[in-house]
Amino acid sequence: MSNPTDPRQLPGADPHTGNRKVDPVTGYETTGHDWGGITELNTAFPKIVIWALILAVTYSVIAWILLPAWPLGRDYTRGLLGLDQGQQALEGFQELSAGRQDWLSRFGDGDFAALQSDADLMARALPAAERLFSDNCAACHGDAGQGGPGYPVLADDHWLWGGDPAAIAETLHVGINADHPDTRIAEMPAFDWMERADRTALAQYVSELPSGRADVDSSGATLFAENCASCHGDGGAGGLEGIGAPSLTDGSVIYGQDEGTVMETLKLGRHGVMPAWTGRLSDAEINLLALYVVALGQRGAEAAQ
Amino acid sequence: MTQTLSISERKIGFWLAVLLALLGFVMAASARHGVMAAHGFMALALGFGLVFVLGGALFDPEPQQDRSSRYYDAPTRFGIVMTLVWAMIGMGVGVWVAGLLYLPEATPPWPWTSFGRLRPVHTTGIIFGFGGNALIATSFHVLQRTSRARLADNISPWFVLLGFNLFCLWAVTGYMMGSTQSKEYAEAEWYADLWLVVVWVTYFALYIRTLARRAEPHIYVANWYYLAFILVVAMLHIVNNLALPVRWTTAESFPVWSGVQDAMVQWWYGHNAVAFFLTSGFLGMLYYFLPVRSGRPIWSYRLSIVSFWGIVFFYIWVGSHHLHYTALPYWAQTLGMTFSVILLVPSWASAGNAIATLNGAWHKVRDDATLRFMFVAAVFYGLSTFEGSFLAIRPVNSLSHYTDWTVGHVHSGTLGWVAMIVFGAIYTLVPQLSGREAMASPRAVEWHFWLAVGGTLVYVVSMWNAGITQGLMWRAYDENGALSYSFVQSVEAMAPYYLLRTIGGAMFLAGTVICVWNCRATMRTTGGEVTDRPLAPQPAE
Repeated sequence: MSNPTDPRQLPGADPHTGNRKVDPVTGYETTGHDWGGITELNTAFPKIVIWALILAVTYSVIAWILLPAWPLGRDYTRGLLGLDQGQQALEGFQELSAGRQDWLSRFGDGDFAALQSDADLMARALPAAERLFSDNCAACHGDAGQGGPGYPVLADDHWLWGGDPAAIAETLHVGINADHPDTRIAEMPAFDWMERADRTALAQYVSELPSGRADVDSSGATLFAENCASCHGDGGAGGLEGIGAPSLTDGSVIYGQDEGTVMETLKLGRHGVMPAWTGRLSDAEINLLALYVVALGQRGAEAAQ
Repeated sequence: MTQTLSISERKIGFWLAVLLALLGFVMAASARHGVMAAHGFMALALGFGLVFVLGGALFDPEPQQDRSSRYYDAPTRFGIVMTLVWAMIGMGVGVWVAGLLYLPEATPPWPWTSFGRLRPVHTTGIIFGFGGNALIATSFHVLQRTSRARLADNISPWFVLLGFNLFCLWAVTGYMMGSTQSKEYAEAEWYADLWLVVVWVTYFALYIRTLARRAEPHIYVANWYYLAFILVVAMLHIVNNLALPVRWTTAESFPVWSGVQDAMVQWWYGHNAVAFFLTSGFLGMLYYFLPVRSGRPIWSYRLSIVSFWGIVFFYIWVGSHHLHYTALPYWAQTLGMTFSVILLVPSWASAGNAIATLNGAWHKVRDDATLRFMFVAAVFYGLSTFEGSFLAIRPVNSLSHYTDWTVGHVHSGTLGWVAMIVFGAIYTLVPQLSGREAMASPRAVEWHFWLAVGGTLVYVVSMWNAGITQGLMWRAYDENGALSYSFVQSVEAMAPYYLLRTIGGAMFLAGTVICVWNCRATMRTTGGEVTDRPLAPQPAE
């Protein structure tokens, strides 16, 4: 069977190994080295490799002349273009932010009523707000503001610190139990000093508040009036502003209101944190987000009806 | 193992095993609890096991008399077995964590199964376990054949292999117990690093001593590559892992480097781990097994020499391309970028030399799946070195950095180049070491080849798409100057690619499982002695 690429069948080749001093396939001589059968061709250095090397080195030399490149003790060659990557990054950010200023700057002063009534402006701003919300808020509050265990739902009309845009913007600025000096402070103390039987009675009472079946003559009700009502209101109806104590009758408790969870809350207390966003987001971005969250709440409340 | 050692060597081995058990005991007793104690127990168990194996064989008969006129292949055989064991572990964990990226909810509740702990098990299992064992095993084979000399002694090859595998075991079990120095590809803690230094110096000494006994006038180019691998990895490993232990009895330590210097040292190490662990040593493998399997002379002697020095010289500069647009000074980035571009020339010269060597043997590439593995390896070597130089260019990197494109690039190198050449070498070696003509099932080699090539392509193409999609989504702004996508949208967009990647990885793993079965079947039906042996020196003509 004839095979034109089989070296053994070429003229002058050893019929078993295909080897000879001149390689029959390429016509090149071997170097004469032999390592257990491995030989090497004495092929001339390919010109294309030299050209490629010249090309690559030329590119590099041009780059070294134009860009910062070689260290010189405490300094370095600056390059003819005089580029500074920190400066370039800043300019890039400034350019991007300049492209937003014509509409974003109007959110800076926080005249929420005027902003909300400007439909054109809001149409331009809401897509940006949605991404701001996704990148900064959704990790805890959910991508549609649906919340989760330990994190409040934003897409409804229950608000612990007020649901108007100014109050939401304030919460964003200072956070809750955050490291901001003016942060909102919310503390559900631990009732670990209380007898376990009392805590059980209390938990049972609290867990039945949302359904309206709670027994107002029970020992739990008495304990509630003595220990809890000062913050959560008579019968858990809420009402005390500015301390983040939720109403216990409307099912909006973020940690859960079943008996087991209430027992845990009573034993350990709660100290939820919302970070302060001053410094990470601009005033305009915070105001925009506040309006977005208000819209989320309205949409959620409408959907619930 | 024991029947290849003389009685006096068994005695030395016995006392070394006692020392290892003692070391493990001291580690476990002084640490008392935690990761270091667990690792002490592992060393103790290995030492005990070896004490029993060697002690039980102390009075067995001496090995055959003409031992010195034969090559020493038992360590190579053991190294190949460990290569296959680690291939299953490393690739299995890789497929599992790839699946977790697609379905994170499937993460089991135990801490050691979390993605963050298992990912370094995958990388270390592949690079060190699979790649390292393959390099050590093949280097012993290539070194002896191209030097026409037996390994310089009979104990240090075992010390190197067992010690290296103990390091790998310490590393991956440490990660699962939550112990890490948080340096990419160098996560193992200080005592494991020190242990590896001892093992590595022994390896280097063994290599040099054997080369010094060679009966050939010239040192074959494969040995240059293996030597570069051993020497530079020692240097990289020591410098990057310089650390102060918190106490001598705990695993935790502080690296001596900090800030951007730490980042630069880490990526000088990290990229040269790619260069000298995953490239140089495997080029040595290619330069030996490709001409042997194809029966063709190396296409150009000059090109192989120039490529070697080009690769060794230029690679060591390029680590800074991992830190484009970071706190690293601009000038260091420019140097990393330009040297990466120049590096393409010797890299492609090597790949071209390998492919040109196949001239005259294309009918074998067509018929022989083993040679085809090596051919595909050379092609992927060329592709991934081109991609590497391309991604090192700063503006390109601004798109690709932090995306899955990098992951795709790494896997085109590790699956397409490193693993392919390893399988080519294994399919050449295993029958030879078992005294057989061919693998037990040549059809299974074909299956393995197509699963491996298909898996690699599915993996790499899906990661290219994933990475470019991420890069474009992250930099897209709408007409109002706001980001077009939130980050989580770019995560959601990954779902199809992550699924495909898992499928590609699973295909590759399936091929490996076939390979392991085939190698086991071949090794079990040994056909007799290895026929080749050191010959009288032959001067160059």
